[in-house]
Amino acid sequence: MTPSDDLVCCPVCDTLHEIATVPDGIRYRCVRCNTVIAVGQPEAILRIVVLAVTALVLMIIVIFYPFLELRNGVFTSRASVFETAMSFSQGAMAPLSIAVAAFVIVLPIARLMALIWALGPLSVERKPLPGAALALRLAETLKPWAMAEIFMVGVAVALVKLADLATLNMGPAFWSFASIVVITAIKDTQMSKHSIWTALDTAARR
Amino acid sequence: MDGSGHRRAALTARTAGLVGCRQCTRVSPLGTELCPRCGGRLESRDETSLQKVWAWWLVGVMFYIPANVYPMLITRTVGRSQEDTIVGGVVELTHYGAWGVAAIVFFASVMIPVGKFIAIGYLAMIVRKPHGHKPGHLLHLYEVVEWIGRWSMIDVFVVAILVALVQFELLASINPGIAAVCFALSVVFTMLSAMSFDSRRIWDEIETVTKEGAE
Repeated sequence: MTPSDDLVCCPVCDTLHEIATVPDGIRYRCVRCNTVIAVGQPEAILRIVVLAVTALVLMIIVIFYPFLELRNGVFTSRASVFETAMSFSQGAMAPLSIAVAAFVIVLPIARLMALIWALGPLSVERKPLPGAALALRLAETLKPWAMAEIFMVGVAVALVKLADLATLNMGPAFWSFASIVVITAIKDTQMSKHSIWTALDTAARR
Repeated sequence: MDGSGHRRAALTARTAGLVGCRQCTRVSPLGTELCPRCGGRLESRDETSLQKVWAWWLVGVMFYIPANVYPMLITRTVGRSQEDTIVGGVVELTHYGAWGVAAIVFFASVMIPVGKFIAIGYLAMIVRKPHGHKPGHLLHLYEVVEWIGRWSMIDVFVVAILVALVQFELLASINPGIAAVCFALSVVFTMLSAMSFDSRRIWDEIETVTKEGAE
């Protein structure tokens, strides 16, 4: 068999499918393992880019504003996401600090920037930027390591643990971070590997 | 039922003499090394997949043991010092009456890691030789394991937040214990173990079984 643009393999189980055009609103699933292969969603790229830009702007708020405030009579303690990541920075725990910073701040931001770099020009009907394929591949690889939403659940658990120790206030960064989690979840539902890569191919030929 | 309309053997990229890209779904002739579309590395099947799975799995298990033995949190309040292990932290949450949160932490730090070790080990054992399991079920198991693994990080983040927030000099302070590092490493290694598993192998052995049966 000769490879062609219409020949698509299932990334999960290797089954071959022939998909030429995907009608709007239709999802094609693998006949063998039921994985979604292609999504007929002409607006998908634009939506992904808009959501990624929103999440990136919120991310900047998150890093610079206090996140949680703890008040205990005379004492007040404030923490931003950055300080939280740095909380292990003393002694033998330092590598853990780097890991937390990477999972919660660096990798989510890197992933958003890679997505915008790869798909941004497509959403305004331009030719893709150089390195778009690499950026898109990077965004996909980083997906499991960007753990912003898990951090959010961690915050909820910490709140309960501290509830009777002191009064807690949530800063603007807290709500920004909560929105990022929701936005990222919506963004990821719009993504289908075949559809995005086909869009990138078409744009490169423009 | 699952795929009842497609009972005939599906044509895979490998049997068609092609190699499929797992990143961008494009197919190329067998033997191509880099995907012409996305530049990703192409491999019809990852031959060393199971070795990598077991290697990461073993390191993951090794780090999970000290993570449970040593303290995760060291709390110092006026003159008193208290050390909490993972399970100890869960027990303390139930003392506050926070059963829901205690359940989340217990699920994320104990049930998920242990369940993952068993599930990955089971999958890696089973796909080595022809097996009679429904591939759909195995795939579901694998997808659950791959998706849920990251959530074990909750406890590490909780420790980070508590340490950052509770620093009131003499009055009260919280410091991380060595178990936090071990636990984080264990989670990362098990994630790598799950990622090394080549899901296409779940079906490969099924194909051999049906072929042998036909002859």
